[in-house]
Amino acid sequence: MSKKITDNTKVNTQALNDNRGKYILCLFVSGKSPNSAFAVVNIKAICEKYLKNRYELEIIDIYQHPDLAITEEIVALPLLIKKFPIPKKRIVGDLSNTEEVLKGLGLV
Amino acid sequence: MKNFTFPKSPTGIQGLDEITNGGIPKNRPTLLLGNTGSGKTILAMEFLVNGIVLFDEPAVFMAFEEKKEDLVMNLKSLAYNLDTHIANNKIYIEQVLINPYEMRDTGMYDLEGLFVRLEQAIYKVMAKRVVLDSLDKLFYGLDNKILRSEFLRLLSWLKKMKVTAIITSEIGDHFLTHMGIEEYVADCVIALDNRVTNQIATRRLRIVKYRGSFHGNNEYPFTIDEKGISVYPIIREAFQQEPTSKRISSGIKDLDEMLGKKGFYEGSSILISGTAGTGKTTTAASFAYSVCKAKKRCLFCAFEEAPKQIIRNMGSIGFHLDPLVKSGILTFYYSRPTLQNLELHFLAIKKIINEIKPAVVILDPITNLMTEGPNSDIRSMLTRFVDFLKTQHITVMFTAAITIGSIERNPSDEGISSMVDTWMMVQDIEIDAERSRSLCVMKSRGMAHSTDVRKFKISTKGITLLPIVANSKEPLAVSKRKAKEHDTLSTSKESIWVKENSPQ
Repeated sequence: MSKKITDNTKVNTQALNDNRGKYILCLFVSGKSPNSAFAVVNIKAICEKYLKNRYELEIIDIYQHPDLAITEEIVALPLLIKKFPIPKKRIVGDLSNTEEVLKGLGLV
Repeated sequence: MKNFTFPKSPTGIQGLDEITNGGIPKNRPTLLLGNTGSGKTILAMEFLVNGIVLFDEPAVFMAFEEKKEDLVMNLKSLAYNLDTHIANNKIYIEQVLINPYEMRDTGMYDLEGLFVRLEQAIYKVMAKRVVLDSLDKLFYGLDNKILRSEFLRLLSWLKKMKVTAIITSEIGDHFLTHMGIEEYVADCVIALDNRVTNQIATRRLRIVKYRGSFHGNNEYPFTIDEKGISVYPIIREAFQQEPTSKRISSGIKDLDEMLGKKGFYEGSSILISGTAGTGKTTTAASFAYSVCKAKKRCLFCAFEEAPKQIIRNMGSIGFHLDPLVKSGILTFYYSRPTLQNLELHFLAIKKIINEIKPAVVILDPITNLMTEGPNSDIRSMLTRFVDFLKTQHITVMFTAAITIGSIERNPSDEGISSMVDTWMMVQDIEIDAERSRSLCVMKSRGMAHSTDVRKFKISTKGITLLPIVANSKEPLAVSKRKAKEHDTLSTSKESIWVKENSPQ
């Protein structure tokens, strides 16, 4: 009985780890502004280094999708939204401070 | 260069366009500063609504502070019809939530998201007027350097968009200077204030700066009521007003006689002061009666006696006011001064004046309003009110109750008497051991008026003014002087003595 529970726990933890392993990120930028360009370069580098093969990164130009600015309640840009794993997190800036970004993503 | 007029966008707010000489800078941002509860949001919203209603300029309101629903709810009590304007696509209100949980320390950023939203909003209704309410909420928690650069960028962006904008901001803790944003970056800065003096709150408005335009730089009182904001400037036009030489009868034949044989000037201001029971209200009512009989409208503002009582009392001396009220030629405004503050009184009276367009306005007695606030405030209020009436060519008569022996010492009375064109004094005098009422014209600008003290007689036939003849056949002044020599001054005599020695 007790063994079974342990097994279940193991399986669950495994599933959790799988989920935890995958990151869904969304970066909102404003065209080719310097801050936006930096943010794109920085987040790609971070993802490649810390989340290789376990991330989905979507880059959205707010100029192309201005309505998203309202639905996503965007004021400050660039804005990185960590959609998964929860908790959802909003990180503003050009992401040049890697340590803070990792903190925000829950990777440290 | 000469005759260049700065393009302006009229606010449609009563008084504000006068002190800004036409409105706020067109297609430029204006900064509106003020503490919480000073009326920033209402002023800003009224600017937008007036734009829609009066000038057909659609509007955008970006709310950083209040929820859209709350905003519409809160402004329901004012006649702005926001729901209708929203439905007609004339105004677009967007709530911009500033997320306090955003991480903001990973590098440089800007407020481009706001600009994108603002641009969308402007195109949605093709807005010509924009309000951002309020800046401090938007910039809350922003890095100082970014705040400064974004604020400047916002101002120039708004200019580029060719919208007339109002940006509101707190002033209390010197937010702007505190945050490193000085007012000088804006073309026009207006400050609002809600101050409490002697337990009476007065809202005030001041144009701090207005680049490229002259403007009134005093503090101007303003009020907010169900019709919105009204600012009370001392109207410049009052001084340029062409005075008329037309006369208007006082309603008392003998008094007209004393006033250069013709009566008051039309559009002048008249003060009747006197102690209690000397016939001030009666004199005022007889004036009202004669004005109405001449088929001119009259507004009688009673602050002491109820209109019904005045009607009854005047009926007893032959002035039947009731039919005049019924025919609408005589209007009564009755209010207890304590009910609301002075500005609201003037506001209410002003509204009636705009409605009925009277030729004459009577305020009886003005001294009852005096209890309502500090003297300097009342004086400036009265001055504004008199100026307003002058621009409308309305003759105004005040009565003022004064206490015995204080004729020259009563500062409030003195304050009014220097403001008016004609000043008459009614008082009790004693002639040969008999008390009787007297009337004299203390001053009357621009006419050869009598300096006599006349006996003032109220009878069932109305008012008559008789020359005072003492039994001794001596003129009053002579008998008075003799009495003084005998050192037998009574209080009422004393008051006359003071008057004789007055500079008037």
